[in-house]
Amino acid sequence: MSLKRKDLVSIASLTPDEITLILETADSFKEVSGREIKKVPALRGKTVVNLFFEPSTRTRTSFELAAKRLSADVINFSPSSSSVVKGETLLDTARNIEAMQADIIVLRHPDAGAAETLATGVKSSVINAGDGWHEHPTQALLDLFTMREKNLNFKGLRVAIVGDIAHSRVARSNIFALSKLGAEIRAVGPPTMIPVHLDRLGARVYYDLNEALRGVDVIMMLRLQLERQGRALFPSIREYSRLYGLTAERVRLAEAGALVMHPGPVNRGVEMAPEVADSFSSVILDQVANGVAIRMGILYLLSGAN
Amino acid sequence: MPTDGPMITQDKKEEKLVMDASEVARAVTRIAHEVLERNKGIREIALVGIRTGGVHLAHRLARRIQEIERAQVPIGELDITLYRDDLAIRKDQPVLRRTSIPFNVSDLKIILVDDVLFTGRTIRAAMDGLIDLGRPAEIQLAVLVDRGHRQLPIKANYIGKNIPTSREEIVHVYLEEEGEEDRVVLLKNAGGGVR
Repeated sequence: MSLKRKDLVSIASLTPDEITLILETADSFKEVSGREIKKVPALRGKTVVNLFFEPSTRTRTSFELAAKRLSADVINFSPSSSSVVKGETLLDTARNIEAMQADIIVLRHPDAGAAETLATGVKSSVINAGDGWHEHPTQALLDLFTMREKNLNFKGLRVAIVGDIAHSRVARSNIFALSKLGAEIRAVGPPTMIPVHLDRLGARVYYDLNEALRGVDVIMMLRLQLERQGRALFPSIREYSRLYGLTAERVRLAEAGALVMHPGPVNRGVEMAPEVADSFSSVILDQVANGVAIRMGILYLLSGAN
Repeated sequence: MPTDGPMITQDKKEEKLVMDASEVARAVTRIAHEVLERNKGIREIALVGIRTGGVHLAHRLARRIQEIERAQVPIGELDITLYRDDLAIRKDQPVLRRTSIPFNVSDLKIILVDDVLFTGRTIRAAMDGLIDLGRPAEIQLAVLVDRGHRQLPIKANYIGKNIPTSREEIVHVYLEEEGEEDRVVLLKNAGGGVR
């Protein structure tokens, strides 16, 4: 089986088989990352452009490293250093990049739907590296990869996703991916951060963290976007932390050996106590390492001749 | 068992048995002896099977060597997909399998094992893949079948059987490990061309 698509825009559009193929392909690339010489010639002669309209060190570096380990040429393009400030549209910017023979464009953009727009407008493959509140498919895939690596089976797996679900593309992509693979999802947060009709995506809503954590196999914490304070979503950081912060006592409510995940960067002492972030249950750094393998897998699968 | 050739329909193919189970077993035994003779024992040698057929044969070879020498040889599995020379021109990306070589290849005499030697392109890819993992003292090549038609200057050190073929024919190696009776067959393909 191969991935018969030009772009990776969302998890919602993937079949369970395609998700499994990506995870299995990434498995082979994990081995490459463990070698002394971490490079294979699979994408020699291909050009990957990181087009980032939002600051992101982690995701951009991860994609850059993934492309370089596959021997592709990588160009980083960010708005502060580009013509975007001069009023060029997204599509025009992308077409200019394409005219320079880019094979794959990795897009991070503040607007939901930007990746889809770009994918339909250019011949190059487009990988969504996060578009507004819509999706962040590679993050969800690396989260799944990490769970699978820890020998978790998705069927019936109980996963609590905690935090600002409404404004989180990570949460959306994970809810889509986990429900496609048959996991049981519990979405936890204050009512102001839970979108309406979340149950239709296959997630059960909880407002009480202690209740939601009982018996879960995975605790996935979301970053509290502190810049949203003042928008009346929560009264104070301290109150949010008291009600929805993950402490060592709360981890004990979950299944023994439950994984603690976080897409980073962690606000220590806000959504997660420092001792939890550094504990044995925490797989936060595994997630980062696996991100490179997942992105190598996706770049490889999308790089077939068009 | 997967094949590099195109799918062919039942009525077009004509199957000819070129090696049966006992011939395959004898070939493996002979290669085991030749490996030991050439390398003067098993010191500093390691077997690396090329996925998928080569891996099974490498394990058989290792078992046979162990029976003869009463000692184990290190064994690894190599997936050459990322080193193929047609990745940039293929429409669909081939499925990746895991490379698993649990020893340092540097300074070892590596015996690459594959089922069929044809154009030599797989072996070229395998050598590049191996060298990315270290600097072997030597690379030798063992194949169950050499069917000719090389496109690269590559030659096997140990050959189970030379089988003269035309380019359009397909050689199929069936192995017990994949639920088949051990045998090698030649498919006359009236439908024409291989890759």
